[in-house]
Amino acid sequence: MALLDRHVGFLDALRGAGLAVSLAEGLDAARALTVLDLVDREAMRAAYAATLVKRPTHRATFDTLFDLWFPAAVGDGAGGPPAERPDPPRPNLREPDPVADGMRARLFDLLLDGDEAGLRQLVRDAVATYGRSPASAPRQTWSAYAVGAALDPRTLMAGLLRAVLAGQDRGGLAERTARRTLEDRIAALQDMITAEVRRRLAEDTSAERVAKVAVRPPLEQLDILRATRKDLAELRRAVHPLARRLATRLAVKHKAGRRGRLDFRRTVRASLSTGGVPVRTFHRPRRPHKPELVVLCDVSDSVSSFAHFTLLLAYALREQFSKVRVFAFVDNLDEVTAHFAPGVDVGDAMRDLTSKADVVWVTGRTNYGRAFELFADRYPEVIGPKTALLILGDARSNYGPLALPALAKMADAARRAHWLNPEPHRDWDTGDSAASTYDRVVPMVECRNLAQLAAFIEDLA
Amino acid sequence: MTSLFSSPEDVRTRLAAGDYLSDGHIATTVFLADALGKPLLVEGPAGVGKTELAKAVAAATGAELVRLQCYEGLDEGRALYEWNYRKQLLRIQAAPEGQEWSDTHDDIFGEEFLLSRPLLTAIRRTEPTVLLIDETDKTDVEVEGLLLEVLSDFQVTIPELGTVTAARRPFVVLTSNATRELSEALKRRCLYLYLDYPTPEREREIVLAQVPEITEALAEQLVRTVATLRALDLKKSPSIAETLDWARTLLALEADALDEDAIARTLGVVLKHVSDQTRAAKELGLPTAESV
Ligand SMILES: Nc1ncnc2c1ncn2[C@@H]1O[C@H](COP(=O)(O)OP(=O)(O)OP(=O)(O)O)[C@@H](O)[C@H]1O
Ligand SMILES: [Mg+2]
Repeated sequence: MALLDRHVGFLDALRGAGLAVSLAEGLDAARALTVLDLVDREAMRAAYAATLVKRPTHRATFDTLFDLWFPAAVGDGAGGPPAERPDPPRPNLREPDPVADGMRARLFDLLLDGDEAGLRQLVRDAVATYGRSPASAPRQTWSAYAVGAALDPRTLMAGLLRAVLAGQDRGGLAERTARRTLEDRIAALQDMITAEVRRRLAEDTSAERVAKVAVRPPLEQLDILRATRKDLAELRRAVHPLARRLATRLAVKHKAGRRGRLDFRRTVRASLSTGGVPVRTFHRPRRPHKPELVVLCDVSDSVSSFAHFTLLLAYALREQFSKVRVFAFVDNLDEVTAHFAPGVDVGDAMRDLTSKADVVWVTGRTNYGRAFELFADRYPEVIGPKTALLILGDARSNYGPLALPALAKMADAARRAHWLNPEPHRDWDTGDSAASTYDRVVPMVECRNLAQLAAFIEDLA
Repeated sequence: MTSLFSSPEDVRTRLAAGDYLSDGHIATTVFLADALGKPLLVEGPAGVGKTELAKAVAAATGAELVRLQCYEGLDEGRALYEWNYRKQLLRIQAAPEGQEWSDTHDDIFGEEFLLSRPLLTAIRRTEPTVLLIDETDKTDVEVEGLLLEVLSDFQVTIPELGTVTAARRPFVVLTSNATRELSEALKRRCLYLYLDYPTPEREREIVLAQVPEITEALAEQLVRTVATLRALDLKKSPSIAETLDWARTLLALEADALDEDAIARTLGVVLKHVSDQTRAAKELGLPTAESV
């Protein structure tokens, strides 16, 4: 494939994976390639990254695709044909396999030294030898699983630790640090195996095909309702700056002007030096008041990963507002603020909350009406004129009561009220969703991913 | 346009000569920003060397650093230029009797009454210049619009004076902590570099360069421990700056190894939040602060 075709194909793939690469940026990338030495693949990667990837969350997708379109090697690579492997290969059976043993011995040393280039070469050899799935299939295919089984790096851990610690105390900090270092290297090794298998697959089929299965949507476009545990951990990191931003946005009262009220006395005094003409005006410093926040979140199963996410958001907000009170509900409502005390570990808080909070009454199915009425009844004084009210949930009330008057009263009492709904807009009002009805009382926005949350925050006037 | 650097390798060696340790990725990106004449947007967590990178480029090339520090409420008058009203007014009052207003007007909108701010200053310089627009995410969106204008064609129109075009484009570095997303338009104009915490290997080199008195073994232990701390889910992960502070503290205490005791005594240097310290002590099995 000529470089130009490759370039164009690569840009298409990036766009297909959700990266908004503009025409101008594509041209920047092409120009960048003209001033670099193209033999250096990493320089090329840096050039594409600098011109096309402008969010850290897109980087993983970018790297996966770069490796597919600009593979590091062809076929078995410089190492030549793969080593003879026992046929049929059964590395996971306890049969002696001198080839695998040899590789594991090499792997041991490479992991110990953290020799990245060496690990890469080893992975290439191992995939060539063990990655081919049995020839019985009509088409050759490749698998990372068999390679992982042959190398089985986890089983080297004990020996590696012994070698690193060389007689130092076990169980202490030294071991912990060593273990982490080694685990990072093993994780990197596993990524290398995956990438190498993808490279071979792409060679046999096409980069486009492999890209389709290999690439996940970037974090900020990930549907929160479908987030896995690992995604949630990443989301948690991403949510903190957003919370900070949300707090400042909610704190800006009116966008009246950049400066505070006129400081009349100082202005007049200063004007004396310019013959009484107030050339320079002085303003009182603006005092951004720290807002108060009340969060109500639906934590029912239908939105469990969203609930997890919103609780993360609430947790992050906790640090940003002068006063935050968090309430969780399903068909009962309970205050969970205490679980979010500053300094509390957020993971612990989540576990605590699910086991201790009294949010389920009878059915265990969300009952928005009951939740709002309970809130109005039990916590009538919580919402005041300085409060921002945030409701998080899918507005699916299982055809139960909606308690619109109770909600309207809450919204009226608050300085402002917003509802974030994790469902796609097109699903609103289908089935038991009361989205539009609630929207008329508390303005509702779709919030399915980080990007939308960020947009919501920026739109707050 | 004359380039500051001849190759990525050139960037790397010259930055290293000024004790800024880069890597292939950083060096290539800096090289490209210079070669393509595009602003470089550097994003990343606090204390990973974003500001320092701009300073290092200036130092390595003998360029002058012009810095625009951004903050909430920064406006055009502070970023670009402003007329010195006070001086203008005094000039009007002192105008000789009978002078035509149009003459006075021409007078007071002359060079002498112009307060040049960083953006204009950088554009007007004829000598090599690095323009650092620091903490861009702290500004309001309107200032971003202004930056976009200035950085697109490197010219500024002052209605009373005419258009000033850069005689020599400055090397522009914008930094951001990503507390908010900068506009797509601005990002499209820039080359992008995400600076993350360095690998232990690079951080060790940084420590050895910045704190030359330290032993290699201690530096190694230090950066491995910092990496362990960063893997914990902390409120504020230790930055390079904190690693360096830690190295200096250990030297001052004449500690020659980083054992549990030494860490427990000095943890406050790297972790600023009490909750983070508690967390780390628990996770790393350190003696608690009270027992030291
Ligand atoms: N690559 C490096 N080589 C040498 N020293 C470095 C490097 N990176 C960072 N440092 C050191 O770390 C310190 C902090 O870096 P700097 O102030 O540039 O961080 P920053 O990313 O701008 O942080 P912030 O977001 O808080 O402004 C610097 O003073 C410098 O001593
Ligand atoms: Mg800085």
